[in-house]
Amino acid sequence: MSEAVLNVEDLALSYPGGVQALRGVSLQVRPGEVLGIAGESGCGKSTLASAMISLLSSGAEITGGAVYLRGENLMALSERDRRRLRGREIAMVFQDPLTAFNPVLRIGEQLVDFQVNAEGSSREKRRRAAAMLSKVGLEPDLALSRFPHELSGGMRQRAAIAAALLMRPAVLIADEPTTALDVTMEAQIIHLLRELQAEVGCAIVIVTHHLGVIAELCDRVAVMYAGEVVEVAPVDDLYHDPLHPYTRALLSCDPSALVEHTGHLPTIGGRLPDLADPPPGCAFAPRCPLASESCATPPPRVRPAPAREVLCHKVAP
Amino acid sequence: MLRYAARRICLALVILLTVMIAMYAMVFLIPGDPASLALGPRATPELKALLVQRMGLDQPILTQIWLFLRNAAMGDLGYDVWSQRPVLELILEFFPKTLVLGITTLLWALVLGILLGAAAVVWRGTLTDRLLGLLSVSFISIPSFVIAIYLILVFAVWLRWLPAIGAGNPGDPLSQIRALVLPAFALGIGWVGYLARLVRASLLEVMGETYIRTARAFGLSERRVVFRYALRVAIIPTIALLAVGLGSILSSAVFVEAVFSRPGIGTLMTGAVSNRNYPVVMGCVLFMTAFYLFVVTAADLLIARLDPRVRDAFRR
Ligand SMILES: Nc1ncnc2c1ncn2[C@@H]1O[C@H](COP(=O)(O)OP(=O)(O)OP(=O)(O)O)[C@@H](O)[C@H]1O
Ligand SMILES: [Mg+2]
Repeated sequence: MSEAVLNVEDLALSYPGGVQALRGVSLQVRPGEVLGIAGESGCGKSTLASAMISLLSSGAEITGGAVYLRGENLMALSERDRRRLRGREIAMVFQDPLTAFNPVLRIGEQLVDFQVNAEGSSREKRRRAAAMLSKVGLEPDLALSRFPHELSGGMRQRAAIAAALLMRPAVLIADEPTTALDVTMEAQIIHLLRELQAEVGCAIVIVTHHLGVIAELCDRVAVMYAGEVVEVAPVDDLYHDPLHPYTRALLSCDPSALVEHTGHLPTIGGRLPDLADPPPGCAFAPRCPLASESCATPPPRVRPAPAREVLCHKVAP
Repeated sequence: MLRYAARRICLALVILLTVMIAMYAMVFLIPGDPASLALGPRATPELKALLVQRMGLDQPILTQIWLFLRNAAMGDLGYDVWSQRPVLELILEFFPKTLVLGITTLLWALVLGILLGAAAVVWRGTLTDRLLGLLSVSFISIPSFVIAIYLILVFAVWLRWLPAIGAGNPGDPLSQIRALVLPAFALGIGWVGYLARLVRASLLEVMGETYIRTARAFGLSERRVVFRYALRVAIIPTIALLAVGLGSILSSAVFVEAVFSRPGIGTLMTGAVSNRNYPVVMGCVLFMTAFYLFVVTAADLLIARLDPRVRDAFRR
């Protein structure tokens, strides 16, 4: 196992009102790997993604832990030093490509601006932008001179990916990059990400609801529940042998994975616990078919295999 | 875009027509006929008859309105009852002075207002932000003539730095600029406060957008994010307001010109009203209305140009 390029250590974060959106998250991203983050809505995936690039929304407060990028603690750096790493070492692609670009500036102007942390004249930066645009399958001269609203959703998301890869960062964070797109577009973007990842060699952290995307693209998966990472595993292991009861429930809810046609979609009963006042024990216990008394205490972090981690009382080490 | 422009211009013309008819009707609803009001009680009947004829007052009212509009369209606004000079000539002599005052006011208020609004956002939530808010609200709430009187008192009477009245000597730009400072300050200070609040509010809204996060995610500095990425979008609503602003600045210029005894369309109009010089009053109102409509229409078209999304919406 090689040294992690991005290392999240026991990170805890809360929003105003005492919402504990992250509760002791530990996660390593290795150079060049594709790590998927899955989990139901509101479990803290976007929060984790923005903490990874230390771009928290106002009011969010880190209450413990740290994020290391190539060994450097992002939380201890000044805002200025953090800014210097962005785009160059770590970059981000957002969910909604419609609003990701400024509506009154041309794509070309923005792609040049986005290279603040890169060397070179603006002519050079423009050339670099053109090269990257053609790599993501856009006609560079056309795209550079367009306003964002003149491109389709898929084209915009390609442009956003081009922007993120301009400086060949070590880590690319993509928060639901395909959720706003239709199915064919989604497949194309996934294909593109895989191609570029092979070429640029960056690590990708991809947040998604779509388990198909994870199976298609990822090397490893982290499953989140109520602000915690409850299971981490290589993607094949996770699909064939899910260990955490929540992971099992999640997989059985995936419509594309249903073997027989039952006429209705399975769901997980119950709701996420209130993150302002999370239970002291296992957060999934109230919805868990295997729950017993022991689940009222904090679950242990079990390592059933060298590359696997599960946060559960019911999994034998 | 062209169709949009044509529609806006038609609308402006309809409004202008309505204003003129309303004003004409008003002049005739005021008791006493304009000719005897203008000439006073001791005018000879011959003189009165002459004036009535020249002003077309012997015609039926609809014909009068028609004639007035027809003449106005051809650039003939009638004659000053007292000096016999063409009204248009008078307006063209006085209006530029008011316009210079209005535009100077608007420009400095705009620059300072946007800067203060942006500063409040860069330092949002801090003491600076709160002080700027307090300052803006006090700027807005003090009437401009009160400020004008204090300005004269302090800078002209006590300190003797700037002239108290007039518009400067003809052919001497320095004295004209010096004469502009106090009136432009008095006229614009409220707008500074207003614009600062407006820009702050619309900037704060824009700062929540995803593209601001994108810009930050690439390490752009906060200053660059605010001024390049947010302000460009946030000032779009301000521009629509500016046109209205120029209109209201020109109408409050009437007071400020009076306080500073500054020649301009305001002093021309107040003088004409007190002398019952109806052709001048009507000419001024028509001119100001037309100018105001022109500015508002131009601003709408400018917004359509500035915001590519609006531009395309109209192109389709
Ligand atoms: N800016 C904020 N202020 C306050 N609470 C927030 C904020 N952003 C998120 N939260 C809360 O933090 C929790 C985690 O939110 P987050 O957006 O990280 O979830 P998510 O897993 O990305 O969900 P989704 O799949 O819907 O995007 C939620 O309970 C949410 O209500
Ligand atoms: Mg999210």
